[in-house]
Amino acid sequence: MAVPKLEQLSKSVVQGPSLATGAVPTRDWMDTPAVFKAGNYAYPAKKDKVEYLNSQKGLNFPNAREWSPEDDDWKLPDNWEEIILKGLKERLEKFRSLKIFMDCCVRCGACADKCHFFLGTGDPKNMPVLRAELLRSVYRNNFTLGGKILGKMLGNREMTAGVLKEWFMYSYQCTECRRCSVFCPYGIDTAEVTMMLRELLHLVGIGINWILEPVSNSNRTGNHMGLQPHTFKDNVEFLVDDVENLTGVRPNISFNRKGAEILFITPSADVFAEPGLYTAMGYLVLFEAIGLDYTWSTYASEGGNFGLFTSNESMKKLNAKMYAEAKRLGVKYIIGGECGHMWRVLHQYMDTMNGPADFLEVPVSPITGTVFENTASTRMVHVSEFTADLIKHGKLKFDKSRNSHVKATYHDSCNTARAMGLLDEPRYILDHVVDWVEMPENTIREQTFCCGSGTGLNTDEIMELRMRSGLPRANAVKYVKEKHGVNMLSCVCAIDRATLTSLMDYWNPGVGVCGISELVGNAIIQEGETRGDELDEGLRTLV
Amino acid sequence: MKYAFSFLAVIGLTVIAGLGSQIPGMPYLFGVALPYLALLIFLVGFIYKVVGWAKSPVPFSIQTSCGQGKSLDFIKHNRLEAPNTTSEVVARMALEILTFRSLFRNTKSEIYDGPKITYESSKWLWLFALMFHYSFLVIVVRHLRLFFNPVPEWITWLEMGDGIFQVGAPNWYVTDVLLVVAVVYLFGRRIWNANIRYISLINDFFPLVLIFGIAATGILMRYVLRTDIDIVNIKSLAVGLVTFSPVIGSEIGAIFYIHVFLVCVLLIYFPFSKLMHLGGVFLSPTRNMKNNTRAVRHINPWNDPDIKPHSYSAYEDEFREYMVDAGIPVEKELPAKKDEE
Repeated sequence: MAVPKLEQLSKSVVQGPSLATGAVPTRDWMDTPAVFKAGNYAYPAKKDKVEYLNSQKGLNFPNAREWSPEDDDWKLPDNWEEIILKGLKERLEKFRSLKIFMDCCVRCGACADKCHFFLGTGDPKNMPVLRAELLRSVYRNNFTLGGKILGKMLGNREMTAGVLKEWFMYSYQCTECRRCSVFCPYGIDTAEVTMMLRELLHLVGIGINWILEPVSNSNRTGNHMGLQPHTFKDNVEFLVDDVENLTGVRPNISFNRKGAEILFITPSADVFAEPGLYTAMGYLVLFEAIGLDYTWSTYASEGGNFGLFTSNESMKKLNAKMYAEAKRLGVKYIIGGECGHMWRVLHQYMDTMNGPADFLEVPVSPITGTVFENTASTRMVHVSEFTADLIKHGKLKFDKSRNSHVKATYHDSCNTARAMGLLDEPRYILDHVVDWVEMPENTIREQTFCCGSGTGLNTDEIMELRMRSGLPRANAVKYVKEKHGVNMLSCVCAIDRATLTSLMDYWNPGVGVCGISELVGNAIIQEGETRGDELDEGLRTLV
Repeated sequence: MKYAFSFLAVIGLTVIAGLGSQIPGMPYLFGVALPYLALLIFLVGFIYKVVGWAKSPVPFSIQTSCGQGKSLDFIKHNRLEAPNTTSEVVARMALEILTFRSLFRNTKSEIYDGPKITYESSKWLWLFALMFHYSFLVIVVRHLRLFFNPVPEWITWLEMGDGIFQVGAPNWYVTDVLLVVAVVYLFGRRIWNANIRYISLINDFFPLVLIFGIAATGILMRYVLRTDIDIVNIKSLAVGLVTFSPVIGSEIGAIFYIHVFLVCVLLIYFPFSKLMHLGGVFLSPTRNMKNNTRAVRHINPWNDPDIKPHSYSAYEDEFREYMVDAGIPVEKELPAKKDEE
């Protein structure tokens, strides 16, 4: 599906007949069916991937088949309504959040224009309140007193195939970024609703390939990209070669090494594709500069966890590798690389799901002696926390002018901002390594806008949707680009590094995307280095 | 359509109470039986709902951090927006419940040519919501004077404060005016704001119209139809209700029964509706949990210990040859190769 030209889409988001721009649909939302056509949905999961996942202990991915959302018949199991309602009942009993969020919404509409999908598409069902109402209408119908009697008049409705299709469309037009939950007077978090919808859909065999293939890869090979151990090692070694060529210092690395002090885990995308590669080179430079005793793992070679976008069971199963590997290798603790949703899992789920990590030690920086009390139980430190601490103690020597080709701004990843509160560590680092400016205040920190392609929606077949939903973020970048000449969008998220690159190329050509650690790597003065002033693009310089 | 229905419903209820209460014998139903029943349904329903919520566990600590979390010493922790201790959570919740902190953040987005999106601070909803809730609270508390004999001093003080402007006779209460203004605003925005009009249900209009009806009948009673009601009888009925010895003296006035009837409908409607946000706001996991999940382990009662990772040994079994070739350490060496045949 071709992406519309910039001029076309620019016009469309402003003048298109959408609720965001003031055109009120004449039909009630319940009478407006979801219509699937090429370009507005992500491809369904491949049969063999679903079968593989279903064969794994602890996971439940039934009804593997070939199907298309464009077909009328989605080849659902005969008793699918029963499965869905039973699944919903079970989840209401397991998650207080779901019950509260179903009962308490007053439809005040404060969330409506906070969603990047709504701003970019103008589709009323992308207002968080209405997205949740897609489920709430069924909940009220089946699980509240008098629900069925009062019926449609009160916004209640039966579970039908049409409703299911709507769920599929709109739970995959939400990146679970939680921006709406910041503004909701009851803290209603659409991410919780979307997560439940996606879990329910998997019960009847509805899922997308861009998520389930990485999940199955990650389970089998250890990472989303499906890199086998030797390939993963090769990839990192290429980066080692590059760093040596550029700086004259060859980073010392190891894989699956028992007895290392620290296990380092980052999203596999960082060793797989630009611009993540440069972030990974930044890690290599940083760790070499301080002589860190650490190892990579090929078994736990994925920081990210697409299980988060699938079901809590798959999240747990994938995440469990981290502790299993840390235990096997006998490390003291784990450092995690730059990634958004990975850190949501690590900060809010990992310890609960797979702890206690009593075989690890409370993290202490071997260089500064700082005890990371905030990770006393999980025993996993964010690389930005680790780096900020090094800088504070003067353990890193920087030449900021090595980033003089960069005028940066900083994008808070949704998850590190709203599910962790990691806001000022990256900013502290930026202050020391690069010249940078903030984007407008309603688009940063806890109010940050999603890249538009998170939660496994960074697939090419829905590029127009992605460019629309990424518009609020791109627009804020455009503002600082025009005002301050910003040419680099820095972030601490691997999905961002991939998706913001497409977004910038589309809306703001000329603005690059980088990880914070790339800028750190650029600026570090290493002992024994032979780099001169000729690296005019830092670690990106072609030699 | 939806709001018209809400008006019809409230008008219908008004007619029922206005006419019904005039039938001999019926005042007892409207003045005694229904209030008791309504209060019972409200209390039982409210508790049932809250207990129902509490029965479901909170498996994961999913607070929404709206500020810097606690990390390194030199990074300033935002204790209110990313609380780390119980007292910080209490402070955050207090701010949320008493001052509607999250609504205060509200912005309004607009899309202009370019495209250019702007986000302007928009505090109207916050202002009128606060006005509405606090006026309602003061009015409810003020009404307690009817149930006590003698009236506690603090209620008298509250009443005096509420009537501080000394306008009109009888003296107008500030909260009466604010409540009506706020209800009209909250109703109005559901009509003129396209986003909100599209999502509004009868369940959104009905309580507003009902509360408007309650306020209107109350105001009529106090300021307009004062001669039609017997305040002494009302007081003795109210005191009788709380002492479980209700007596209905002579004619009290239809307007009183309408007022009481609408309040009863509100009480009965409450536990089955979105009005339960009153209880829910206290239990919302994104607001009432700590952001200390890496420091203190949160327990999930249904955590399934049988969900294990794809094991390292299975992984090594599948890739051992490649690993050995690539010089990656393995747990089990490759079997010795057989001599070439």
